[in-house]
Amino acid sequence: MNFTEEQINRYSRHIILPEVGGKGQEKISSGKVLIIGAGGLGAPAALYLGAAGVGTIGIADGDEVDLTNLQRQIIHHTPDVGRPKVVSAMEKINQINPDVKVVTYPTRVDSHNILEIMKGYDVVMDGTDNFAAKFLINDAAVMAGKPLVHGGILRFVGQVFTIVPGETACYRCVFLSPPPPDAVPTCKEAGVLGAIAGQIGILQATEVMKLLLGIGKPLKNRLLTYDALRSRWREIGLKKNPNCPVCGENPKIKSLIDYEQTVCELK
Amino acid sequence: MSDIKIDAVLDITNEVCPMTFVKTKLKLETMELGQHLEVIICDGEPLRNVPRSLKEEGHKIVGTKKEGNRFHLIVERGS
Repeated sequence: MNFTEEQINRYSRHIILPEVGGKGQEKISSGKVLIIGAGGLGAPAALYLGAAGVGTIGIADGDEVDLTNLQRQIIHHTPDVGRPKVVSAMEKINQINPDVKVVTYPTRVDSHNILEIMKGYDVVMDGTDNFAAKFLINDAAVMAGKPLVHGGILRFVGQVFTIVPGETACYRCVFLSPPPPDAVPTCKEAGVLGAIAGQIGILQATEVMKLLLGIGKPLKNRLLTYDALRSRWREIGLKKNPNCPVCGENPKIKSLIDYEQTVCELK
Repeated sequence: MSDIKIDAVLDITNEVCPMTFVKTKLKLETMELGQHLEVIICDGEPLRNVPRSLKEEGHKIVGTKKEGNRFHLIVERGS
C-alpha cells in the first residue's frame, strides 16, 4: 500500500471500516467505473464515487447543462448552464478529489460507440432517462460481460437493481422490450421530485462500491422500488429468464439496437 | 513480553483519534498473520480506544509496558 499521508486522512473513514480497510480502499482506488448520463442519477453518484476515491470515473453524456436540470442534477451549478455536462461533472469531481482520473465522453451512447466506451471499465452505472438508452446499455453490458447497476426515476418513484451478466436477471429478463414511444411520459413531461434522483443515484453508487469491494449482498435478482409519497420501499424478487432475447439460452438479439426515441427526448 | 519477537514498531504518539487506529490498522495489514507489532501509544483516550478497536478486528494484545506517560503495546496480527 502506498497511500500518502493526505490519502490516509482523506479515506480514514473507509479504512476504519472492517469490511474495507486499506486493502479495500486500494480496490476502490484502482476501480474503474463508467457512468452513463451525467443527469439526475449520475450527478449524485459521480460526486460520491469521486469522493470515495474511485480511481477512474468515465462519464458519457452528450448534453449541455440546461437551467431546468439544476433542480436535481446537483453536480451542475448555475454558472455551468450552457456548458457540456461531462466537463461540468469532471470539474466538480476533481474539486472534491483530485486523485480521481475522470474520462469524458461528450456523446450520446449508441449501438456504434457503446461497446468501445465500456471497454476497460469494471462496473457500469446506468444514469440515463429514457428506455432506448436503458435497453441499449443493458444489451451492451450483457454482451461485454460488465456488471451493470440500473436505476430509473419518474415523478415520486424510483427503482434500482444490479445486473451481473450470466449470473442474474438482466433488464430485458424483466422488461422484454421498450414501451412504444410516447406510451410512457419522460421526466420532462411528467416531472420528477429532485430528491428522488439523489436517493436512487446514491443507492446506485452504493451498489457500485459494493461491487468494487466485493462485499455484502448487491441487489442481484432483487428489484428495489421506492415510493416517496408513501415513504415505502419494496423489494421484488427477479429471476433470470431462460428465454430472454439477450441473455437467455438462445439469444435472438446478437447485435445492438438503436430504438426510436420520442421527439421530445431528442430535443 | 521480552521473549516475543517484534517484527515492526509504530509510534502513534503524535496522532489523534481516529488516525491512531487508522495508522495501526494499515501497518498491521502489511504484516503476516501471527507477526508482532509494537505500538507506542499515549495514555488516556488512545489507550482506551485503540486496543478495543484492534480486538474488534481480530487482533490480540499480547503485552503492555508503561514508560512514563507512554505505553508500548505488543499486538499480534489476527485475521
